[in-house]
Amino acid sequence: MPCGASQTGRLTRLGGYLKLANSHDFTMGRGRARDRLHILFTDARAEQKHAMAALPKIRLIWLGFTAALMALTLWMVFLWVPTEINQGNIQRALYFHVPVAWTAMVAIVLIAVASVAYLKTRDEKWDRLAVAGAETGVIFAALMLITGMVWAKPVWGVWWTGEAKLTTTLILFFIYVAYLMFRAYFPPGEQRRRLAAIIGLIGAIDTPIIYYGAQLWERAHPSAVVGPYSNNDSSVDGPVGLTLLVATIAFSVLFVYVASERYRLRKQEDEVMALRRAISLQALRVATTSDSTESISSAPAGGA
Amino acid sequence: MGASLATVWTLARKDLLLELRSKDIVLAIVVFALLVIAIFTFAIELTPSRARDVGPGVLWAAVAFAGVLGLNRSFAVEAEGDTLDGLMLTPVSRELIFFGKVLGNFIFITIAQVVIFPVFEALFNISVLQVETIVIALLASLGFAAVGTAFAAVSVRVRSREIMLPLLFLPTSVPLIMAAVESTSAVVDGGSWGDFSEWLQLAIAFDVIFMIASAVLFQFVLEE
Repeated sequence: MPCGASQTGRLTRLGGYLKLANSHDFTMGRGRARDRLHILFTDARAEQKHAMAALPKIRLIWLGFTAALMALTLWMVFLWVPTEINQGNIQRALYFHVPVAWTAMVAIVLIAVASVAYLKTRDEKWDRLAVAGAETGVIFAALMLITGMVWAKPVWGVWWTGEAKLTTTLILFFIYVAYLMFRAYFPPGEQRRRLAAIIGLIGAIDTPIIYYGAQLWERAHPSAVVGPYSNNDSSVDGPVGLTLLVATIAFSVLFVYVASERYRLRKQEDEVMALRRAISLQALRVATTSDSTESISSAPAGGA
Repeated sequence: MGASLATVWTLARKDLLLELRSKDIVLAIVVFALLVIAIFTFAIELTPSRARDVGPGVLWAAVAFAGVLGLNRSFAVEAEGDTLDGLMLTPVSRELIFFGKVLGNFIFITIAQVVIFPVFEALFNISVLQVETIVIALLASLGFAAVGTAFAAVSVRVRSREIMLPLLFLPTSVPLIMAAVESTSAVVDGGSWGDFSEWLQLAIAFDVIFMIASAVLFQFVLEE
């Protein structure tokens, strides 16, 4: 936890400066107070720079790893794997559709676990993890819906059908969009983190129920799939299976990369917010005390 | 057990008394639901067979949409009257407060349905006033009340709670709406209990799961 410690350190140091500034308030004018604040800023900046320099090694390696895997996936999908005989080129959408679907499901588990952990420990890091998972997951779920529809139109003959997995995904997509909207509408703070965790959990509890309901529904309404290959049972093995496997690993790695970047950004947003609050509070204090010093010193002069 | 039930009833009775004086919630649910149903009678040309096909869907969409309005009020009233803190200071467990609220909302939605169902039957000319549909309606109301109460409490402090509650409530209660629509369709088509037992099981499972889950999570909602 070096990052958390450095933030606490920074805030303590900031508190120290503020105290120092406070004790000198009566002797220094506004200009000097401003200098003090300036020192604070440059100090925070220097520390930020230091932190940035220490961190990126792992991130750079992970980014390079992700890029290499993605390049390999693209090569396999578009050049290496043979074109499927029945469906033609559109079948290649599968190599994107299945991996993003998998990561979107992983995101739901991530949100659920992080939400439970937050409610138990009240540690902000779990909340950040849930947000990172939700935002990345919603993007991946949207990609899954789009790639699925693009594939379904020529193959099944329809953009959309009441298939259980499709229905479930669409509803879950809406639940997690609502989760993110709730976070956007609610003022930041402990309450938002707590209530968001509850929503995230209810969504996760709902997932198997929705899936069961959608399956029952599908059985009651056999899908109106009329495309040329609607009854085509394609097997997944050989080059197709291998490409799918590599693509799934690549997208999982990408998911981890994007989510961890989002997590980091979230953490920095929180730090900036805390610093800004502390500084504006101090600026307010400096302004009011120097005002009162001026008025005290000017009052007798005016009287004389 | 007896004392807990008495507490739950006391809490629900408070909401019922308020409602008896203002008649805000039930009236809103009834009028809005009837409006949705009336609009559908214009939007769809109702031949007898078509009414049987789309009727159950229209009925439950109307109840779900209208239910959101009522559920929104149940905590908005507390927030506007600054009584939320009073409710939290009440020396009873959070679960009992939750069950009291659920009971109140369940009664409101059920009373509204007593008006909605006959009018729907008249407008769509299909028979929904049967024992089977009444059981389905009670199960659906209970599930709506359980999920809706939890989400209403979650979204009561959001700046646009009127927008937030439906966005949370409607997708979550999709399985329940599916179960209600499919069972009502089966009843309208002359089916008996056996024809929609799976849907009934789904509705019961939904009710039980969300009654327990929401009650457990509710203690985290009201926490200061």
